[in-house]
Amino acid sequence: MLELTDALVSFASPGGPVVRAVDGVSLTLPAGSFVVVIGTNGSGKSTLLGSIAGTVRLDRGSLRLAGHEITHWREYERARLVGRVFQDPRAGTAASLTVLENIAVAACRGQRAGLRWATGRQLREEAAQRLAAIVPGLETRLDQPIGSLSGGQRQIVTLVMATWRRPELLLLDEHTAALDPAAADRVIQATSRIIHEQGLTALMVTHSLNQAAALGDRLLLIHRGRIVLDVQGAVKRRLTAEDLADRFDALRRGDQLDDTAARTLAEAYV
Amino acid sequence: MITLLSTWTFGLALALVALGVFVSYRLFSFPDITTDGSFALGAVVTAVLLTVGIDPLLATLGGMVAGGLAGCTTALLHASLGIERLLAGILVTTALASVNLVVLGRSNVPLSTTHTLLDRAEATLAPPLEQAGLSAVVAGEAAQLIFMIAIVAVAIVALWVFFRTQLGTAMRAGGDTATMARALGRDTGGMTLAGLSIANSLTALSGGLVAQYQGFADVQMGIGMVVWGMASVFLGAALVGPVRLGGALVATAAGSVTFRLLVAAALRAGLDPDWLKAATAVVVLTALVAPRFFSRGSHARTH
Repeated sequence: MLELTDALVSFASPGGPVVRAVDGVSLTLPAGSFVVVIGTNGSGKSTLLGSIAGTVRLDRGSLRLAGHEITHWREYERARLVGRVFQDPRAGTAASLTVLENIAVAACRGQRAGLRWATGRQLREEAAQRLAAIVPGLETRLDQPIGSLSGGQRQIVTLVMATWRRPELLLLDEHTAALDPAAADRVIQATSRIIHEQGLTALMVTHSLNQAAALGDRLLLIHRGRIVLDVQGAVKRRLTAEDLADRFDALRRGDQLDDTAARTLAEAYV
Repeated sequence: MITLLSTWTFGLALALVALGVFVSYRLFSFPDITTDGSFALGAVVTAVLLTVGIDPLLATLGGMVAGGLAGCTTALLHASLGIERLLAGILVTTALASVNLVVLGRSNVPLSTTHTLLDRAEATLAPPLEQAGLSAVVAGEAAQLIFMIAIVAVAIVALWVFFRTQLGTAMRAGGDTATMARALGRDTGGMTLAGLSIANSLTALSGGLVAQYQGFADVQMGIGMVVWGMASVFLGAALVGPVRLGGALVATAAGSVTFRLLVAAALRAGLDPDWLKAATAVVVLTALVAPRFFSRGSHARTH
């Protein structure tokens, strides 16, 4: 269970106004829920995810995860509870290490890394088994540098790594945005499968309205640092990508109206 | 014969610098200027400990520890205070120039009358070689070479084993992709600290051994060492092509010896020794630039 209470993150642009990227958001995710987050560019959805992952500091508010008060935990400390997959396949894996060595690092996520051999036979067998279950054939590439895998394959391995030890929360940050459609599709299938099989609590940011409509049991639409739409249950299931596109258009029209209004005011008074 | 043996011995002693640079630069992408300072520091601390009568083995280890601390300092400046990598190394090396001078008390100290670790190796290993028919001089030189081979072999095996443990693998991962390591719960600042300590201990060990081998310690002897180390790393990589960790470690040591042999050949062919450091810099520059011409655009990294 994740509880974000009254979270505020603001950035001061040099010489410009203070932007509230996350503006007083409160959010509770019961254990086992799979939440999809969408929003326009600059809506604050990535900042929201970053503030949970620990890459962005909260100016105000608090964060609890699985019974731990983690507001002041550092990024690498939160990794004990949180598994992550990034937008850039290169960010989630170490290219010069082999697939198995990458998995070995993931196998000690949040644990003390000791002086035991990293890639023992037990790990190798389990890695082969887990990879083969998701992408048959991938298990034959355990000893190749992970940099030699395609972007889609790397994201699937990253996903397996992030969930190697069951995380209290899985954070997916537009993890298919850098992939071609076919690869994105395979990664989404793997994602869906792992989340359901392990019964994970997951928060997925996506740019794809199709993914947003098809996946998850709850949907959040973020705009200007606030949650402007929060649907779940039957309403979420009935939601289509077209509905979401309409919502986006409405928001954009609203923004244009605001901008024009602001310009008119500026011209009138400056 | 003697010159050839001594070139090998020297190349192997400096291979420890190359291994240190391999750790800091290749594994941690940290161009660590501290190398220059910690090489001289290792030599100076070892020399001072030897002259006050400390056991040669302990004196050498003392130099190593001092180098490790220098590496720690650079890593702390970078990870805790946010100083840029190059600048952190420059600051520590500049400070070490004073430290070395103060510790040594003057700009150089002869060790010819002091009993060194290499004297001990010679005393142990030379007699059987002489019995095998080598002349006393050759046997002495060969004994030192064997000792140096053993040290470098131990260093390579130790590094290989360590960097294949859970901790070592996590450190390599952090050096390769910091975001990945942090997302998997690794404190990348702490890992840089450990990595630079290891790298600079090796460099300082090299400094200590070189001082004992050549019979004097000089506060200037570290100048250009980081570039020497890089040249050896690149040359080693060029000799063997893409290999895994173990191969890369052996190649790095081989790179150092090869480079030393090339230098000896160039000097014999009439290269003015004054140009040595410039020639080393050119080799490194070539190694850095050449790949761009060979694989233009094909593997362009777009970070």
